[in-house]
Amino acid sequence: MSKTNIEEINRNIYDIKNKDEYDFKIKKGLTKEIINEISNQKNDPDWMREFRLNALEVYNKLELPTWGPDLSELNMDEIATYVRPKSKMTGNWEDVPEDIKNTFDKLGIPEAEKTSLAGVGAQYDSEVVYHSMKNELLQQGVIYLDMETAVREYPDLVKAHFMKCVPVHDHKFVALHGAVWSGGSFVYVPKGVKVDIPLQSYFRLNSPESGQFEHTLIIVDEGASLHFIEGCSAPKYNKVNLHAGCVELYVKDNAYLRYSTIENWSKNMLNLNTKKAIVGKNAKMEWVSGSFGSKISMLYPMSILNGEGAKTEFTGISFAGKGQNLDNGFKVVHNAKNTSSLVNAKSISKNGGKCTYRSQVKIMENAKNSKSSVSCESLMLDDISISDTIPTNEIRTDDVEFSHEAKIGKISDKTIFYLMSRGLSEEDAKAMIVRGFAHPIAKELPVEYAVEMNNLINLELEGAIG
Amino acid sequence: MSLLEIKDLHVNAGEKEILKGIDLKINKGEIHVIMGPNGSGKTTTANAILNNPLYTKTCGNILFEGEDISNLKTDEIARKGIFMSFQLPEEIPGITVTNFLKFAKNKVTGKPVKIFEFKDEIKKHMDELQIKPEYSERSLNVGFSGGEKKKNEILQMLVLNPKLAILDETDSGLDVDSIKTVSKGIEMFKNKDNAVLIITHNTKILHNLKVDYVHVLVNGKIVKTGTQELAREIEDNGYKNYK
Repeated sequence: MSKTNIEEINRNIYDIKNKDEYDFKIKKGLTKEIINEISNQKNDPDWMREFRLNALEVYNKLELPTWGPDLSELNMDEIATYVRPKSKMTGNWEDVPEDIKNTFDKLGIPEAEKTSLAGVGAQYDSEVVYHSMKNELLQQGVIYLDMETAVREYPDLVKAHFMKCVPVHDHKFVALHGAVWSGGSFVYVPKGVKVDIPLQSYFRLNSPESGQFEHTLIIVDEGASLHFIEGCSAPKYNKVNLHAGCVELYVKDNAYLRYSTIENWSKNMLNLNTKKAIVGKNAKMEWVSGSFGSKISMLYPMSILNGEGAKTEFTGISFAGKGQNLDNGFKVVHNAKNTSSLVNAKSISKNGGKCTYRSQVKIMENAKNSKSSVSCESLMLDDISISDTIPTNEIRTDDVEFSHEAKIGKISDKTIFYLMSRGLSEEDAKAMIVRGFAHPIAKELPVEYAVEMNNLINLELEGAIG
Repeated sequence: MSLLEIKDLHVNAGEKEILKGIDLKINKGEIHVIMGPNGSGKTTTANAILNNPLYTKTCGNILFEGEDISNLKTDEIARKGIFMSFQLPEEIPGITVTNFLKFAKNKVTGKPVKIFEFKDEIKKHMDELQIKPEYSERSLNVGFSGGEKKKNEILQMLVLNPKLAILDETDSGLDVDSIKTVSKGIEMFKNKDNAVLIITHNTKILHNLKVDYVHVLVNGKIVKTGTQELAREIEDNGYKNYK
């Protein structure tokens, strides 16, 4: 039997490039002058300009991480950190320039807005081009804005939370983010307000040799609840693009937040993203994450369980193909009594791709009677692909329940023969096995994303039989 | 024209020759049985018909409805109308029995499956085979007992409705009641336009079925062909007369 030969495939709609047209593109590199110019262009208030310049200093002092994937190909002198699209922020799709609107149309955003979302933000390169929310939520006091507008209109709320959850000295790329951040979404859900239908922000990077540094800040106040969806994609270019976004989530006492991500960056992207949530008393934070794109990804969402009885769950899947090194995982700090964390992570690697599950579970001395259960499972589709699990567990009290389970497997020829004896081609058989493997994660995703994920799996497994 | 015709088939597993010249003709409407001691080549015969890549045909050929299928891929052979019930069915996590059957039915027939009618059909067959209804939404074979897996193979046979069903040791490891259920499934499947090839090393499954031919396979060769009488003789005396 001939083996399926899976080549790089056309990622179809994700790969449609628009002309690199913009209103303003900052020159490449990272200097004080460049930061000042970004601040001028963005009309920052003084505190934000100071913030950026300080972050740049921190950036210059910090070293690249000495663990994980090799980032030596990243040269900030070759990256333009700010690209303003030729479009003003609007709440009406008709006002978005046609090529940009077409891109979001093909990604299904305006359609999803009509059928299944309570609000949408859409960012193109460095700025948000569209932002809108249903009136009912507005009346309930929910704020959902692009980050720039939030800085202007809610300075105190933003100032009190902006990069407080993720401080600039956390690591080098957070410092970079602090210096050049642009775009992103701000959400505030007032006490007791339950937002039943999800909000979604979509981030599209079109400009070559540039970076995207959106900032997402969400505050779910006491007893409130929200489901927020984040999507990202970019067409492929020959040179490196950089994504160093930052997500800060404040889940106050008795609140609930689910944060779902489908990340489908192109395979020239370095995705060095940082996400963190601070979870209050009896509150719950759920992360759902699908990571398909990027050349290198280093992404470890983190929950800090600060309130008694706080809970968090992480459900994630990574899919690495040829030339991809996806170093993803989850971090949790149990910092109060009766807290719990539940992790279900899966990865699929094929055609030489590498997936690493890197995790950290910290249970502090004061976190008596806490529970943590971690399960990670990897599937390798051939002999040249790589899968690795690197857990770090730090448990400082006896009074806990902790379990960690890791499984690494391959698709067996016997299983393929079994499925082929039922009329499935070799490709169909592999796709079915992979879909089944991913199913427990896919069922947690919003339905249109679950469909998209299945399409991506089929797309990734398509290819000529050699 | 025979439904299946095997001519002088030699098959290796690795370097070792397992089948050393098999000839077999199966016509529509017939039930055939291949019996033989462990290691005689029974399972190899079934796998060779489905062209399992772990086995190599070194000589001979296999015709199905007159067409040489010796070198077709397994899925192409399945789509011609040959089904095999596995001795050890594989587990497929995350794919429900219903979704799997729907997908396979679509591949085998090349036609879209009408989901509501199809679900009714599955339910009917599950009742007949005494499979609990909740199994239709469980992952295929995952956590099934040995008997449940075998019944599920028969369910697949009934749903996919092949022209030739090969049952490889479907009776092994089953209790008496389960064997009866499986026999009933075979009876329901069987008609004048299809055929069944049962591979077994014991005779229990044959008590409830009307068998047309029994072939005794020893050391890679069919050493004797007879009627149901032959199975009874083996039940009494074992294979010692054929070694």
